[in-house]
Amino acid sequence: MHLIIQFFRELSKEKMRMFLTVSAIAWGAANVVLLLSVGEGLGRQMRRGFHGMGENIMIAFPGQTTKPYAGFGAGRSIRVREDDLPLLERRVPEIAQYSAEWIRDVDLKVGEKIQREDALGVYPVYGELRNILPESGGRFIDKLDMDRRRRVIVLGNELRDDLFGAGAEAVGRTIMVNNIPFTVVGVMQKKMQTSCYSGHDKDDSFIPSTTFQTMFSPEYVRNVVFRPRSVAEAPAAKEGFYRVMASRYRFHPEDKETFWVWDTIEMGAIAGKVFIGIELFLGVIGALTLLVGGIGVANIMYVIVKERTREIGIKIAVGARPSVIIVQFVLESLLTVAIGGALGIGLALSLVKGINLIPISHEAMEFLTRPVFSSLLALVCISLLGVIGLLSGVFPARRASTVDPVEALRYE
Amino acid sequence: MIELEKVSKVYRMGTVPVVALDGVSVEIAAGEFVSVLGPSGSGKSTLMHLIGCLDTPSGGTYRLDGRRVEGLKRNDLAEIRNRKIGFVFQNFNLLGYATALENVELPMVYKKMRGRERKSKALELLGLVGLGDRAVHRPSELSGGQRQRVALARALANDPEIILADEPTGNLDSQSGREIVQLFRKLHQAGKTVIVVTHDKTIAAETRRVLNLFDGKLVSDSPNH
Repeated sequence: MHLIIQFFRELSKEKMRMFLTVSAIAWGAANVVLLLSVGEGLGRQMRRGFHGMGENIMIAFPGQTTKPYAGFGAGRSIRVREDDLPLLERRVPEIAQYSAEWIRDVDLKVGEKIQREDALGVYPVYGELRNILPESGGRFIDKLDMDRRRRVIVLGNELRDDLFGAGAEAVGRTIMVNNIPFTVVGVMQKKMQTSCYSGHDKDDSFIPSTTFQTMFSPEYVRNVVFRPRSVAEAPAAKEGFYRVMASRYRFHPEDKETFWVWDTIEMGAIAGKVFIGIELFLGVIGALTLLVGGIGVANIMYVIVKERTREIGIKIAVGARPSVIIVQFVLESLLTVAIGGALGIGLALSLVKGINLIPISHEAMEFLTRPVFSSLLALVCISLLGVIGLLSGVFPARRASTVDPVEALRYE
Repeated sequence: MIELEKVSKVYRMGTVPVVALDGVSVEIAAGEFVSVLGPSGSGKSTLMHLIGCLDTPSGGTYRLDGRRVEGLKRNDLAEIRNRKIGFVFQNFNLLGYATALENVELPMVYKKMRGRERKSKALELLGLVGLGDRAVHRPSELSGGQRQRVALARALANDPEIILADEPTGNLDSQSGREIVQLFRKLHQAGKTVIVVTHDKTIAAETRRVLNLFDGKLVSDSPNH
């Protein structure tokens, strides 16, 4: 208590210097919080965008063989027939769900408006695999649509905006697909998607694969989307896919060029490391700024020690142990850092809140304007402040504790 | 019991060694009232700092109650200063920002005495030196004589055996000086060892024993009645 009172006396004596020091710490702390929050927000947005295409899925595109096998030369194109896909389910227990996928350019017509866009023939499970969730009032393709080859269509949200007007109710309305009437059964919810392989889902339309076949009679599947039972089983699922396809289409099971598999799980893991790297980088920049503030605190503490030499001498003369003197000065610098840190964190938090209130006008800004402050970040900042407070106090305090009392008592 | 045996102290001023004390041997028994006389530069302040464990000798041995001081750690020296010795300085050396009461409490803070006990003891001591009504005043609001009495109360805080005073009346008018000397005499009568460093012969005349220092050497040691 005695020490805290003394601190505030010191504070009032050294107003300007203290103000500047506290500001430096506040600025440093605010930097750490802001940079880490922006980094965290950036990471989260990137992960979200990344998952826009679907979480934990693999997309397999047929390619060409590169090794001769069983009498076939290299360079043979692999073509996948839909009838063979149930083998995946039967022979690879690690694959939980799959959907074949076809794609065609079609003319979409509503009233007098005509637009040429992709129509995708897919299974009902495709919606779940690829994170295509219907807006309320709508649905994705279902089993009955498949069985009855219904002429139903699910629209991407921007395609709906283009055809029916922004945000207009489209479910239940009729749309001409290559001059065949289809009923809109669902519109995709707006989502963030940063990776894709056949255009963004917001511009595409989706119809039952059975209906697609009736219309276009494609011989081969364009690509297969599948999801492993768990992330841990992903490599086994991938291996299983190659194994089944190799035995069916007679290519070398180790010939990985036969299919190009986009493994979002592996990519996600790599991206995760990159995000951590970015956050660390931002954190280090912030910490360096804070360090400058810490040097400021150490500096003022040295000045205070010098100015209070006589006082230190008095205390030593009446029996203060060196440790008491050290504790006094360390506490003072900790208190300075605590006040500055609290101000800085408060400032940064209100900035984070404020930035989050800014409406997003540009997609790129979505990555920078959604900073997130978490309790983990708070912990990082507070421990960083603690370490800096201690370090900037310990050295001046040690100097203080070694003051020669005889000299100090003569000091004016 | 203070025993100094051929104690010397050499300071270094830049590269030049300065001999402040040169082989001083003296014993002061518990309860004595001693003055140390000498012109400035004679080493009397150094002697007081050594006796008070603020400094350690460069040569010779110093025993305090039979315990050699030279080898003691800083914490042990702090404890000796805290419990066994009370200092009174020429320029008072009070904490400017603290009240008279807080100043007197300080040694008790370092003894880890409880707040309530500390406060009542400090008030009692301020009463003893005649400043019971000045407890919440800052040093700047007190006269020189009052300040020195606060310093004396602080010196008595942990009931030390030895009171060391370095030119205690040097900054005081003669009236205040006499009051302080009266207080020293009272303390001596109460059984404390009182050692007063001074160059004022009238103060020395009040003590029971006079040590004369010159050029760092003890030139005379005479009883005084």
